[in-house]
Amino acid sequence: MIALREVTKRFGSTVALAGVSLEAPPGATHVLLGSSGSGKSTVLRLILGLATADSGSVTVDGVPVDASSRDRLVARMGYVVQDGGLYPHLTARDNVALAADAPGWPRARVDARVAELAGMAGLDGATLGRYPRELSGGQRQRVGLMRALLLDPPILLLDEPLGALDPIVRAELQDQLGQLFAALAKTVVLVTHDIREAARLGHTITLMTGGRVVQHGTFADLVERPATPFVRQFLTAQTLDAPAAPAR
Amino acid sequence: MRRLAVLAALVSALLPATSLVTARAVVAAPDGVIRVGSKSFTESYLLAEMVAQVVEQVGEARAERRVGLGGTGLTQRALESGAIDVYPEYTGTITRVILKEPALRTEEEIRARLEPRRLTMSASLGFANTYALAVREEEAQRLGLRTIGDLGRHPDLTAAFTSGFIEREDGWPGLRARYGIGLARVEVMEHALAYRAVASGQVDVMDVFSTDGQLERLRLRLLEDERHFFPDYAAVLLARREMTVRYPRTWARLREVLEGRLDAARMARLNAMADLDGRPVAEVAATFLAGREPEPGGGGRGRALLAEIAGLTRDHLLLVLVSVGAAVLLGIPMGVMAARYRRAGQLELSVIAMLQTVPALALLMFMIPLFGIGKGPALVALSLYALLPVARNTYAGLIAIDPTLLEIAWVLRLGRARRLLRVELPLAAIAIMAGVKTAVVTTVGTATLAAFIGGGGYGTLIVRGLALDDTVTILAGAAPAALMALAFHALFELLDRVVIPRGLRSGG
Repeated sequence: MIALREVTKRFGSTVALAGVSLEAPPGATHVLLGSSGSGKSTVLRLILGLATADSGSVTVDGVPVDASSRDRLVARMGYVVQDGGLYPHLTARDNVALAADAPGWPRARVDARVAELAGMAGLDGATLGRYPRELSGGQRQRVGLMRALLLDPPILLLDEPLGALDPIVRAELQDQLGQLFAALAKTVVLVTHDIREAARLGHTITLMTGGRVVQHGTFADLVERPATPFVRQFLTAQTLDAPAAPAR
Repeated sequence: MRRLAVLAALVSALLPATSLVTARAVVAAPDGVIRVGSKSFTESYLLAEMVAQVVEQVGEARAERRVGLGGTGLTQRALESGAIDVYPEYTGTITRVILKEPALRTEEEIRARLEPRRLTMSASLGFANTYALAVREEEAQRLGLRTIGDLGRHPDLTAAFTSGFIEREDGWPGLRARYGIGLARVEVMEHALAYRAVASGQVDVMDVFSTDGQLERLRLRLLEDERHFFPDYAAVLLARREMTVRYPRTWARLREVLEGRLDAARMARLNAMADLDGRPVAEVAATFLAGREPEPGGGGRGRALLAEIAGLTRDHLLLVLVSVGAAVLLGIPMGVMAARYRRAGQLELSVIAMLQTVPALALLMFMIPLFGIGKGPALVALSLYALLPVARNTYAGLIAIDPTLLEIAWVLRLGRARRLLRVELPLAAIAIMAGVKTAVVTTVGTATLAAFIGGGGYGTLIVRGLALDDTVTILAGAAPAALMALAFHALFELLDRVVIPRGLRSGG
């Protein structure tokens, strides 16, 4: 269980989070939905310990994320960013294997695990031997996901993981991610601005704007019982943009 | 002096280790070696070469030539520190510059004053090389110039003086006061260049030494010093007493062969042979010592020069590789520190940048009181000079890394060292290599200045060529330096392929 209680966070004079509370239950996928500047990425950074809350608390399984605990806690998290966040000087395989550097896994164990994940992600050996810039956007994203999953962490945090992809690849990967999350039964927190992604992947959704939580619930809750006019506005604006949107 | 002290403190703070390495250069010559020094003008080269050849003939000790040092301050410190044992000097310089007692007259008085400094000097070699002012013969006739005082009637004339002459009290300032004369314009110029400028009519007056070989050939007239302003500059050998005691036969032989044997005309002829006929210094010195006039022509010069260039190439490579190597070993960690602790880093980079603003030649000179002369101090100065591009580019490369990639390194729980080696340095490799490349190519050029403090390398030929006014010799030093810079550039293009990770290279 990941929980935020009344968290505020400022960057200089900019308020990123103004009293945010939310919960991501274990074994389920929780989506943080909002446009850019809504504060949703800051939530992820607070959970990872990359940033510290000004007030309020951030806890992972009841342990507050702070300077003394964050190193231990981050060991239980996998992190995926837009476009994969791959190191350009390492091959796809070495990017993935880098995650085993800290625990010092023996070579054979790393190789076996990489092979297992490659099968799951649908990447062959030749692709894994390439450098990031020689890969397609979708391949880079799969490699980033493999790296996050290498140590099989119970928590998976994804920040706009499909943001850099074209719509067709994006839709395809959304389906695969959904299946994957279901199969792995991990606690997933996924940040996106894409309403369809939220609908497809999120067991629960938190809609944010201007550093505040607007509504928390299932996708059906948001559609059928919008808490404010903004919720309806947000859903409509996006679904109008997307011709194939199912909510239309 | 204060600036020097600050720099000294800075350098010793930066490079505690190098002082251990180079301290050796300052201690006295090892057994069986007499280190012969000279300043960087023809006559000094010739006299030093004569000394070296006599040393070798006597056989009591081996002669090591440390010639072409850039001025009295340098030769004096080199002599007192034991970096050289003997070099040709002039009594006027000894009394004024070294002892700072211009009233001293006789050789006995001077020798007595040298005693507490553990130095001694020979008797006069037979000629005086005094300062003098020279003008073109036809201009002298046209304007009726016979004495220095005559210049007072032509305040519109221009002059090219060496920097020493302009600054020294026994040079232009004193001369102007004594005669009450002024000139329209005074430029600072190297001797060799000034000769060209005067000969071609670009300037009218220059300071010369009365035994310069060019005087006769370029048809220049010496203006008479009717008020006896210029002091007597009798040529002598200035030596460490320790050397004369240790190698008595050598010292006795030097005095026997050289004292009183050279008159001004003879010296001027020898200078002209080296300066104007382009004969190798060693050959001119040998003909004098053999007591014969040199034969005309000068075959084999090209071959001798080629052999010398080969030796100097090794020298120069050593200077460049060692100093850039040190700059890399020091500069990359400094760049890393600067990127890690930004504020302290700015200070650190400013200090290195400040070092870079010290002219290279001045930086080399500053090394003398700390490390003596020769390769050691040259290497320290060149390393300091190469430090900036390496440290600066390392810093720039590191701070340009996408912060997301660093955060991921943290999430992957890579330790500091692993993060540096696996992520940061490889990502900064392109910038770092560019810095190293800059350092190497510029050091190839800067290293030519090492010759001024006896550091060897291609600069040896450039310094000598300048002194002898010999374009071929200058080019023999400058052209290989340019080629070496090009070669390093090409080499580094290849090295990029090894050092820069394939995923970062363009096109591959």
